[in-house]
Amino acid sequence: MPEPEAPAADGVVVEINGREVVARKGELLIDAAERAGTYIPRFCYHERMRPVGMCRMCLVEVDTGRGPALQPSCMIECSPGMKVDTESEVTKKAQDGVLEFLLINHPLDCPVCDKGGECPLQDQTMAYGPGESRFVEEKRHKEKPIPISDLVLLDRERCILCDRCTRFAKEVAGDPLIHFIHRGNDTEVNTFPDEPFASYFSGNTVQICPVGALTASTYRFKARPWDLETTESTCQQCSVGCRISIDSSRDQVQRYAGVDIDPVNWGWLCDKGRFSHESVTAEARLGEPLVRQGDELVPTRWADALGRAADALRGASSPEAIGVIGGARLTNEDAYAWAKLAKGVLGTDNVDAQLGDGLPAEVVLGLPRATIDQVCEPGGTVVLLGPDVKEELPVLFLRLRHAVVSDGVTLVEVSPRTTGLTGLAAASLQPRPGEAGELVRALVAGSDAERDVAGLPAEAVNAARRLLAGSRGPLTVVLGRPSVAESATAVVDAATALLAARPDTTFLPALRRANVHGALDMGLAPGLLPGRVGLDEGRDCFAGSWPSVPASRGLDTEGILRAAADGHIDVLVLLGADPLADFPDHDLAERALAGARAVIAVETLPNASTRRADVVLAAAGFAEKAGTTTNLEGRVSSLSQRVTPPGTARADWMLAAELAARLGADLGVLDAEEILAEIGRVAPSHLGLDLAVVAGSPDGVLVPLGQPEAGPSSSGDAPEGQRGAAADAAAVRSDAADDTTTEEAEAAAAAAAEGAATAEAQAGAADGAAAGGDDAVPDEPLSAPRPELVAFVAGAPGSAPPLDAYAFRLVATRKLYDQGTTVQASAHLAGLAPGTAARVHPADADRLGVSAGERVVLRSARMSITVPVELDPGVPRGAVALVTNQRDVRVGDLIAVDGPVTELRIETAS
Amino acid sequence: MARLSPDNVTLALEIIGRYPRPKSALIPLLHLAQEQDGHLTDDAMAHIAELVGVTPAEVLGTASFYEMFKMEPVGRYVVNICTNIACQLLGGEELLEHAEHRLGVRPGQTTPDGLFTVEDVECIAACTEAPCLQVNYRYFHRITHDEFDQLVDDLAAGRRDDIPPHGTLARVRQHIPPERRAGCVLPEDTATPVWIASASTEEAEA
Repeated sequence: MPEPEAPAADGVVVEINGREVVARKGELLIDAAERAGTYIPRFCYHERMRPVGMCRMCLVEVDTGRGPALQPSCMIECSPGMKVDTESEVTKKAQDGVLEFLLINHPLDCPVCDKGGECPLQDQTMAYGPGESRFVEEKRHKEKPIPISDLVLLDRERCILCDRCTRFAKEVAGDPLIHFIHRGNDTEVNTFPDEPFASYFSGNTVQICPVGALTASTYRFKARPWDLETTESTCQQCSVGCRISIDSSRDQVQRYAGVDIDPVNWGWLCDKGRFSHESVTAEARLGEPLVRQGDELVPTRWADALGRAADALRGASSPEAIGVIGGARLTNEDAYAWAKLAKGVLGTDNVDAQLGDGLPAEVVLGLPRATIDQVCEPGGTVVLLGPDVKEELPVLFLRLRHAVVSDGVTLVEVSPRTTGLTGLAAASLQPRPGEAGELVRALVAGSDAERDVAGLPAEAVNAARRLLAGSRGPLTVVLGRPSVAESATAVVDAATALLAARPDTTFLPALRRANVHGALDMGLAPGLLPGRVGLDEGRDCFAGSWPSVPASRGLDTEGILRAAADGHIDVLVLLGADPLADFPDHDLAERALAGARAVIAVETLPNASTRRADVVLAAAGFAEKAGTTTNLEGRVSSLSQRVTPPGTARADWMLAAELAARLGADLGVLDAEEILAEIGRVAPSHLGLDLAVVAGSPDGVLVPLGQPEAGPSSSGDAPEGQRGAAADAAAVRSDAADDTTTEEAEAAAAAAAEGAATAEAQAGAADGAAAGGDDAVPDEPLSAPRPELVAFVAGAPGSAPPLDAYAFRLVATRKLYDQGTTVQASAHLAGLAPGTAARVHPADADRLGVSAGERVVLRSARMSITVPVELDPGVPRGAVALVTNQRDVRVGDLIAVDGPVTELRIETAS
Repeated sequence: MARLSPDNVTLALEIIGRYPRPKSALIPLLHLAQEQDGHLTDDAMAHIAELVGVTPAEVLGTASFYEMFKMEPVGRYVVNICTNIACQLLGGEELLEHAEHRLGVRPGQTTPDGLFTVEDVECIAACTEAPCLQVNYRYFHRITHDEFDQLVDDLAAGRRDDIPPHGTLARVRQHIPPERRAGCVLPEDTATPVWIASASTEEAEA
């Protein structure tokens, strides 16, 4: 993406190869030169990390008035009057010499090296290096390659000691588990013996390694770069929405790599995202529809499977006897098509994309939304009121870590146990489970608390309170569900208190599933229609394009499952949902699947719930279909097709359209692009969105689009500019609908979309927007006034449940790697799921007389399970922490969703 | 393989207390570990990492830079024989050869009884006393072959209690009672020296 030109006023004028270039104040010479079109070769320099000047490849001749001298351009800032020559004889000699030195001990095994063909050392040797070496002695030999983790292999012979991987590990990821050792003549990168590079971000070192020293075990010897076909897309392993490139060869996905976009991932990925490509090609993928025959699911023809599904739907006793659960795996287009089928054709509002482990849709959509950039704004204060970001939204963790370490952001953490961010937080409070609301009310109160709050000493609470009260700059909240063993009430209560005390607070919802935010935007939630509107408010918008709109609000997942368990649900549709594994209350999910008359699963991979289904429709998954996705900020970005789906699997929207056709309705769509255009025509928060707008914004488009006034205190200029421009695009589009000169309108729309992209790039947004909007009438694009979008409904202050001196409260959290289907379908990730133990505070263990490793029985009102104990001072007194969805331990057995918290007794196993 | 003993942990915590940041105590703690075991064990390095709040890889990265921290077991007595120019002219190489024959090991190796490790070293800064050697970094000047044999016999027989086992830097341990310590202040908490303060204001003005 082109960086904006610095205004001459506070710019620094330097001369590069005889041409005057305006650099920003403090800008490094290597960056200024690149921006001006002069690429200076480099190995160690990486624009997202601190420069170290290790490799000397970027030496150029610099004259600051004392005569020209060679200087590393990654280590010097531009100063006025600096004269730089990147092509002089002296510079060339230096580059040649540095490369000759680097190649002395570098093995020339390029033909068998994974990096060969895309290797900066290879490329730069060709461009700047000597034709041959004068080194005739024996090169250094080392064992190759050695695994430094389950995912990364290290070939020390190839390493040129650029410090990129070690710098990444220390500065960016905060996991300095690899280091230079034996520094001197035998310097090498390595881990401590028996202490592998077990970082959630280790794959990034493979991507930034400028030679083939670090290779990924998933990609080793799989393909050569010149055989790869590449498409840019958006990662779907969590809701952060990192931009990635998908590389395929022979119609098989081979790897993902991070793409650097400024508002989201900065080029980084987590290992789960990066190495989940194996789940696309997994053998277990469903390539054909299945139907139940007795106890078995057997493959069948599509006509048969779709016919049976349609029959089941047609046979439902009433629309309310149909329930649809799931949707986070879907693209926005898929989600819209399914919402249209369920709500418009079938007429049921029993639809929910969340599995009882998130937050109410009105809370997510109604709260003033923050972007990641706003959360990470220098000098700001962030309240973490949600899950462990490192485990559930890893790249957001990297952004927050950078914000704290480099940009002076203050974190105040309220979580039921310590998290990956606890060490970085200015204050970290672990309230008793279920009492977060009470704690947050004390934190935003006008005066100090006098007694203990939520099991925490008053001093600790007051210190955090004063921190918040004294915070300058914006207050943002990362809001999610910290533990599925307690209801969402406490979190909603806490958000209400924060918003009441600081009305300018903005929220970043931390629901973890891939496109759950897109699914909610597309109306896959009870009481909502696509475009963030309620049933009644949006009824008119959809009157024209939908056969009908449900009359009254339906049930959420918990309600649907209860109804199913009671025999009131005839057809349960699972849209990429596995309630048996993911719904907090396992017993209820079990009874619901047994109680539903028919279960239709739409899935890419078999899971516990699909095995119980009557019809399984094989869906095309990630990288197998085009569309758009929406991340936790509300950023809509593109998903691309790179390979063909396995067997005859089809996109989810197609299945919705097929089912609709069999039910005598027409969804009126022929491809994903048409669906997106329809969304842009009817969904109130997405008005004006179409493929041109998405394609024209490499960083994605923030919704809601074209708001009459921008959201409260949105301090980032760029998103606003983007919004404005996209609204203009909307204007052009709707004009096109009225006018007949489509071509002209197309061109104008494209220009407006381009305007959106430029506006996003330029801080002064007005120009960019105007460029596209000149000919259009920007301010009255829509025929009907837009309905009110969903508003946040304040939660009633919940009262903490009474304490029971003998009971422990359960904290159920997640780990990045678990028994989830994509992790388990990725061969190299499956084994990384750590398992779980009952973590209790050492003082509680003392009181109970149990020691670490001892097996105990956890008994809830529901059931009991036996697990080993681990001592963990990060768990509050009176609580037991377990990790959900791990091998051998089914935490869901303990949880009953009807109470605010889950209480347990701990008994020593006899 | 041993972590630090309880006594040494007490000592380690006192050493850590002398520095504004725990990490700064890394090198002294490595000396302590080497004194305890004769060389640096992986367990001791991992233990030090816990004590000062860094990763074991960072401890290894620092420790392995220094030649005098031994990552592998060495003899009770490490004999460094200088073969640099002054010693070489006065018989250093012959002394090394004699040592090799006397102890039956090559430079870098340890005798089977675990008593002696011989090292061929560069200048140890006692050129006026060449040929010279060190045993556990204690000097022996103008050494003849007979004197070397005598030294080895004495050490083997335990007659030289002036030379402690390898790893011991000094047998007088620094101990400052808490009330007499000057205390330590983080660099960012100290006042900026006048000369830096004035330089930075000048820069700001310019």
